[in-house]
Amino acid sequence: MKISYYPGCTLKNKARVLDKYARETAAALGYEFEEIENWQCCGGAYTSAKDEIATKLPAVRALANGRDNGGRVVTVCSACYNVLAQTNHEFEVNPDFDMRVNRYLAPDFEYHGEGKVLHYLELLRDEIGFEQLKKKVVKPLTGKKIAAYYGCLLLRPSAVLKFDDPENPEIMEDLIRALGAEPVIYPMRNECCGGYITLEDQNQARKRSTAVAQSAGEMGADFMITACPLCQYNIRRHAENGLEIRYFTEVLAEALGILDEGER
Amino acid sequence: MDNSRKEQILRISGSDVRKCMRCGKCSATCPSYDEMEYHPHQFVYMVEQGNIEKLMESPSIFKCLTCFACVERCPRGVEPAKVVEAVRLEVIRQQGMNHLTADDLPGLLDDDLPGQALMTAMRKYAK
Repeated sequence: MKISYYPGCTLKNKARVLDKYARETAAALGYEFEEIENWQCCGGAYTSAKDEIATKLPAVRALANGRDNGGRVVTVCSACYNVLAQTNHEFEVNPDFDMRVNRYLAPDFEYHGEGKVLHYLELLRDEIGFEQLKKKVVKPLTGKKIAAYYGCLLLRPSAVLKFDDPENPEIMEDLIRALGAEPVIYPMRNECCGGYITLEDQNQARKRSTAVAQSAGEMGADFMITACPLCQYNIRRHAENGLEIRYFTEVLAEALGILDEGER
Repeated sequence: MDNSRKEQILRISGSDVRKCMRCGKCSATCPSYDEMEYHPHQFVYMVEQGNIEKLMESPSIFKCLTCFACVERCPRGVEPAKVVEAVRLEVIRQQGMNHLTADDLPGLLDDDLPGQALMTAMRKYAK
């Protein structure tokens, strides 16, 4: 089945493996990720200001272009997901936003929030199903203790994203179980890594990232997984305990027999 | 007391600061608490009071990570991060007040830094 795919800027550059194994694992599960034409960067952060229009237009254009394929846009990066989903939600609650955005889009097309943003993890859970996924696993990750790192962008604001329980999420733990490994629950799994503060205050980024990775390490994790390139960067660069952090698409690819452990 | 500025902040944040019951949960859960001169609950209270100049002059506006922990955990739906964002925009939307410019970026790069970090920082620190 074809589904519109929004990769985002970082997946074309520093996070190529996140993109590559998303496409390859989806293909193995019966989905062809069809890249949206002429997509633009989502901006990385959703500006909550009610009067901001221009900074939200790239996300709107992606959503509008995704409609041709059943109205759904799938994305893998936590930030892209957050920005696209929050932008789409604004059409529902803010008629002024809808009107002003469409003045920009006219006369090429119009858009009123009728699309649907899906994270790849949601596709795995809600359409493919973890039980079904489990049957496709050829190389179970038996004995591995994996800590899912959610961070902020996948979960919050939960009233808008409706991705999972923001304080007790399960989606990545269920994925880990489906792949034959053991999920590690730890207190800091839904706290911030420091995000973009690494650009101007590395000390703060170090404190935040270390708190997260230490929490995972103390609960016995062999390594962490994430959907966010900036979380991975911050943990790898700043966390003092040196716990490895990989993309969820890599472990998925490994269990599906697409990626050899020696390859990474 | 600066009423027009207060109105502007309330309008663009969409927050009803009068709902705050000062439980302090926003500041207790804030990952930037230690780095801030004014904390999330103070942003809410000071905006409600119209005491906004001090917030605009404080480096605290650039310490919010927009992780939305305060928004999620506020029992009254006040959404402090949106108030901080609105105060920050009141500052950087002024002429010459960008906190970060494209010229600063080359000096901040390293081999692994994702584009996501640069884009996010430019959205947060510049108009």
